[in-house]
Amino acid sequence: MRNAACSAWRNLFNEHKFAFLTGDLGFMALEPLRDLMGPWFINAGVAEQNMVSAAAGMCKMGTEAWVYSIAPFIYARPFEQIRNDVCLNRLPVKIVGNGGGYAYGSMGSSHHAIEDYGVLLGLQGMQVFVPAFAEDVEPAVCQMSASGQPGYLRLGRCEKPTDMAVPPFSAWRCLSEGDQGVMVVVGPVAGSLMQRMRDLPQDNRPALWALGVMPEGFTNVPDQLLQTIKNNGLLTVVEEHVAHGSAGHALLSTLAQQGVTPKLLHCCAQGYPSGTYGSQVFHRLESQMDADNVLRRWQQESMCL
Amino acid sequence: MSFKQLCQQARLRLLRMHYDSKVGHLGGNLSCLDALLYLHHHVLQKEDTFVLAKGHAAGALYIALWSIGRLTDGDLAQFHRDATLLAGHPVAGWLPEIAVATGSLGHGFPVSTGMALAKRLQCNTGRVFCLMSDGEWQEGSNWEALIFSRHQQLNNLTILIDVNGLQGFGTTTEVASMGDLHKRLSAFDVKISVIDGHDPEQLAVMHEPAEQGPHVVFMNTIKGKGVSFMENRLEWHYLPLNSAQYEQARQEVEAP
Repeated sequence: MRNAACSAWRNLFNEHKFAFLTGDLGFMALEPLRDLMGPWFINAGVAEQNMVSAAAGMCKMGTEAWVYSIAPFIYARPFEQIRNDVCLNRLPVKIVGNGGGYAYGSMGSSHHAIEDYGVLLGLQGMQVFVPAFAEDVEPAVCQMSASGQPGYLRLGRCEKPTDMAVPPFSAWRCLSEGDQGVMVVVGPVAGSLMQRMRDLPQDNRPALWALGVMPEGFTNVPDQLLQTIKNNGLLTVVEEHVAHGSAGHALLSTLAQQGVTPKLLHCCAQGYPSGTYGSQVFHRLESQMDADNVLRRWQQESMCL
Repeated sequence: MSFKQLCQQARLRLLRMHYDSKVGHLGGNLSCLDALLYLHHHVLQKEDTFVLAKGHAAGALYIALWSIGRLTDGDLAQFHRDATLLAGHPVAGWLPEIAVATGSLGHGFPVSTGMALAKRLQCNTGRVFCLMSDGEWQEGSNWEALIFSRHQQLNNLTILIDVNGLQGFGTTTEVASMGDLHKRLSAFDVKISVIDGHDPEQLAVMHEPAEQGPHVVFMNTIKGKGVSFMENRLEWHYLPLNSAQYEQARQEVEAP
């Protein structure tokens, strides 16, 4: 998704000037953006706290500002700067975390971000954008730029099957039809699920819905989705994020407030249960949230209904 | 009104505001009050921006804004009250002169670097002034900001450091060997000035921009300045005044 993001920012900069600050990252990806932006592209160095605060200061002066780093480095290290300088000052800084979830795989746990949007959604006015596919990135970037609120863009690695088409990026969209309830997915794991899901007949699989924008998605659940969950009684949520602060928990709360109380099958990040580390695929397997495990668990739960 | 008279009136108003609201933090407000008054009366221009990094000196900032007519006595009466905009540390979004919310140390200088950089990118000739405490330099984010501001050659940025030598639980030397802070900052090749932070002639150094980075002004000050029993006393970082103390403080400041 990095290349898609670079292209999106280049297009955006050709429309209007903005500042882009990177925490010394972007090698083999952001050079075209740097070359286009000139002085508006700022390598702020390995100093994420200052970078976020500086971006807030730029916003205060009326300059749109984006900050970029690996996901854990941009939300965790400068968390107080995001809370105080960005959110409490109501400044629409755009925060970009590359490699959300387990995307940095065997680089180790320091490079994973499996609690990022749960943490950030607790902040005043924060919006979170999670593209599922590379083609989602440009509309997400445009929406963030147009928003007067702070935003967090969680980038990952696109897993979309090359021969499958998807609806445009939005808070909610149905990726594939199914007659057996609903499965909600957040982020790139959607691609692997689509690939696996099409092996099943429509009357023996759930409808697959992607959640892309939070908290907007929590407050605007489509009627069709709501009714299906209500009728089926099972809500399956797949996300590369820990349960605490997750989309699954937020959705469950939203639905309960509307009198809909499904059983939750939550296929989410479990941390590091074996104490060993590996690829993104390895960590999904350990969390039983890879496509095969998700379908197996869904089938088991469905039989119990 | 002379600058001396201005400082006297402001000091009296600050004491009264804190006494009426029964809150402390007086020591660090009194140490930087003269500099804030000089800045707001003689330095700041329309295009300039000020950031109070040492947010616990909000009282001194409110008094400085009162002294230039931007806040009223009615506003000051709301200091620290319920439903107030004059919180104990500045909150954002209600007065242009209070650019950002501060209070957690180590934020004001980094935010100011972004403001200064944005002004340069926008070809705005305004300057940015940031008032910090000396103990605040124990926060690592300030060193990030120092590296950044020097590298970006932000010569439209002036950093004012209130060197009163006392912090939350000891002197800055006892807590973190910060006695020679200006020597450490000199190593970053930024313009350094060391002045008496209560002398208006020396405070005039604020007018001078730097050439290759921020201008850092070390203002040697006295915590609790102007009130004998507060001067250089750690406890006045926190304590509120009782009625007898307020009366004594008022009389001392009023004395010619």
